[in-house]
Amino acid sequence: MNPDVVIIGGGIQGCSTALHLALQGVETMVIEKNYCGRHASGVNAGGILRPGRYPVELPLSTAALKIWADAESLVDDNCGFRPIGRLKIAENDDEMQKLATRHALVHNLGYSHERLIDRAELRDLEPHIATHAVGGIHATGCGHADPFRTVSAFKHKALTLGVKFREGIRAEKISRNGSVWQVVTEDCVVEAPVVVNCAGAWGDRIARDMGETIPLSTIAPMLMITNRMPPIMRQRIGAVDRVLSIVQQPNGTVIIGGGYLGTADRDAETTSLDYSKLAFNARIACDMFPTLSDARIVRCWAGIEGAITDGLPVIGPSATEANAYHAFGFSAHGFHLGPVVGKILAQLITSGHCDIPIDAFRIDRFSADQG
Amino acid sequence: MKESRELVIIGGGPAGMSAAISASNCGVDVLLLDQREAPGGQIYRRVESPAVADPTLLGNDYLQGLNLVTLFRESTVDYRPDTVVWEVSPGREVYVYGGPGPGVIEARRVILATGAVERSIPVPGWTLPGVMTAGGAQSLIKNDGLLPEVPLVLAGTGPLLLLLACQYLDMGVEIAAVLETTPRSNLKRAMAHLPGAIMSGGYLTKGAGMLSRLRRARVRHVRGVEALRAVGSDHLQQIEFHAGGREHRLGASLLLLHQGVVPDVNLASAVGCALEWDSGSLCFKPSVDQWGNSSVEGVAVVGDGAGIVGADSAKWFGEMAGLDAACQLGYIGANARDTLAQKSRNLYRRSLGIRPFLEALYRPPDAYRIPVDPDVVICRCEEVTAETVRAQIGRGARDPNAIKSRTRCGMGPCQGRYCGLTLSEIIATETGQKISEVGYFRLRPPVKPVPISAILELATGEMPVETALPDPTVKPLS
Repeated sequence: MNPDVVIIGGGIQGCSTALHLALQGVETMVIEKNYCGRHASGVNAGGILRPGRYPVELPLSTAALKIWADAESLVDDNCGFRPIGRLKIAENDDEMQKLATRHALVHNLGYSHERLIDRAELRDLEPHIATHAVGGIHATGCGHADPFRTVSAFKHKALTLGVKFREGIRAEKISRNGSVWQVVTEDCVVEAPVVVNCAGAWGDRIARDMGETIPLSTIAPMLMITNRMPPIMRQRIGAVDRVLSIVQQPNGTVIIGGGYLGTADRDAETTSLDYSKLAFNARIACDMFPTLSDARIVRCWAGIEGAITDGLPVIGPSATEANAYHAFGFSAHGFHLGPVVGKILAQLITSGHCDIPIDAFRIDRFSADQG
Repeated sequence: MKESRELVIIGGGPAGMSAAISASNCGVDVLLLDQREAPGGQIYRRVESPAVADPTLLGNDYLQGLNLVTLFRESTVDYRPDTVVWEVSPGREVYVYGGPGPGVIEARRVILATGAVERSIPVPGWTLPGVMTAGGAQSLIKNDGLLPEVPLVLAGTGPLLLLLACQYLDMGVEIAAVLETTPRSNLKRAMAHLPGAIMSGGYLTKGAGMLSRLRRARVRHVRGVEALRAVGSDHLQQIEFHAGGREHRLGASLLLLHQGVVPDVNLASAVGCALEWDSGSLCFKPSVDQWGNSSVEGVAVVGDGAGIVGADSAKWFGEMAGLDAACQLGYIGANARDTLAQKSRNLYRRSLGIRPFLEALYRPPDAYRIPVDPDVVICRCEEVTAETVRAQIGRGARDPNAIKSRTRCGMGPCQGRYCGLTLSEIIATETGQKISEVGYFRLRPPVKPVPISAILELATGEMPVETALPDPTVKPLS
């Protein structure tokens, strides 16, 4: 019972790819070493954001946002998506200048979703913001989704369309036998004409089996969450020079993060936290919203994520092998892109082309002859 | 500011106090961190300054605790009350808030003596106002001298249920009924362990004494209670149950539930100590050697936190762990440790003789641990029902962590203390897996909610800069 396509990794990218393939009638199997959404896809901060993205990711993230806005029609669940908007807040005039430069850049590329706002409008949008904040960039339509619920919804919809999920089974090695890919696991060998590497922080290892190297490091972005608080903020908030991303959930709890890193051991699949960094993260949060000083921290955690040195993911066909594709190394901003990345890969696999430019994400971009 | 200590003990109950005394007697520098304001733990809470006018009403076992507390006070142990430990890293950095000391203490060795929590008893209506646990009610007596002012009903199983009933009677509190959920078949199984129970001291006499106290007071005592439910719209109004082949209804506004205690494994688990399933007392407990040493280097777990043994055994166990810590820290040799520990080891072994009997007699029935009623709340912090959990299992979830992520079961302030076992047992039952394979939640720090102010204090030096990823805002790619 071998499938047409075997996907390695049951995170958001793998589940989304499986779903989009199944929608086109392709027999698909997902191999996941733990359970779907175990690592970064299931435990991230749930950011659905366009501001603060690399310009080359704007076409992707714009297309992704359209899918998020109508997730219900794709996976029968709204994935907890709330388009509450995004505010990137400048804490001084230098940062405001930086945001103005960013705004001009995005505007010149033809995008109008980011809007520069002044001190007065900032206070209208966020009455509890600290007095030192001078302004920011505001973007509507973005917001928050529930990570594990999302992965579960994509997986479940894929399941109902006939995708096979093999969870708790690790892909040890992949190799090509003629026109067939063999994925060796501890208790079976899966064969398929097409293989897709959605292995996240472990994606470089799968790529290595295809003879491809990529400068990926394993990072552990840390998050903490408060007890249930009265309403403090409305949009998803980010800072400019300091590390902060913060969002209040409908139940009142506040997720505090932004990219301070703990340490990850990807072989043991464990993380450890750096409380000194979390302390600075909490300080920045309290600086921005002084009422957070009354909060209690209920949980701290970190996810295991693959980061590529230029901050961009790998998306697209293998540069060395036919019928092999990659989508990994999302460098801590892949959750938002998951729904559209699956669509792109499915399109590439079934038709050989895709509608959205992904050249910047090719796996061989670090090779010497690529400049 | 960091502090460095040789031995840090967490918990001021019998196990923690005796570990501290025995280690400090060998010359070890011992710091004991206690979240309470005075030593004694849950069992000897406020024994130095009882909250009730006549403390003899709390019984002789309680009063005896004063001896150990006095010894502890007279020792050279550095005692730090009102200090909540919220995290211990695998490298033995102990994070605390409250109390007089700094927020982080580096320890060469750590002994966890964090005791037990009550096993939840997830019957329909258990989260209604007017329903609480027997242990919680007993704490209110010990800590605040508070007694119920309405006739109350006690329901469940276990020695504490009977003990509390007798304490209430002695204090003049009216008990409408004691509803025992202990199945009759348990007694038969327990009798097989009678010889060990007889050898282990006065437990059986105490038990018989409590039962006759209830009889003398003509308390309605119903045995073999099945299908217990607490009913009410916004407060408990009625208790319903089956017994003796028929349905009973009982008006009540206060119901105290209890079905034994289980180790509080959250801190041990946060440190990374391996857990194992204890099929006798139906709970997870840290795997420890005869000295209490866990799977994590330099971290021992003693007392009820390492498996339910009761206050006396906890004391002997603590003493042995304190001696071993002194040995590991180079204060005494292994021979001296073994000699010094001989007496406590013998007493420890003897005191454990009662456990098989108690475990068999008070084994909570499946129906009270693994709720069948779909509407019963499993996780009271996040109000997750049995039906919600079973629906996820039906969709293929096999791992308690996956169900936690999907349903929020175990994500509330109690950090899964009251739903962890229920969830693992439901998964095992539904999937046919062994519970040791299902396992327990992966627990996230802090083990107790921590004021953000305590976290802020850990920010020292320059603000760290992350360089792992380029900043897309300031370094736009073309």
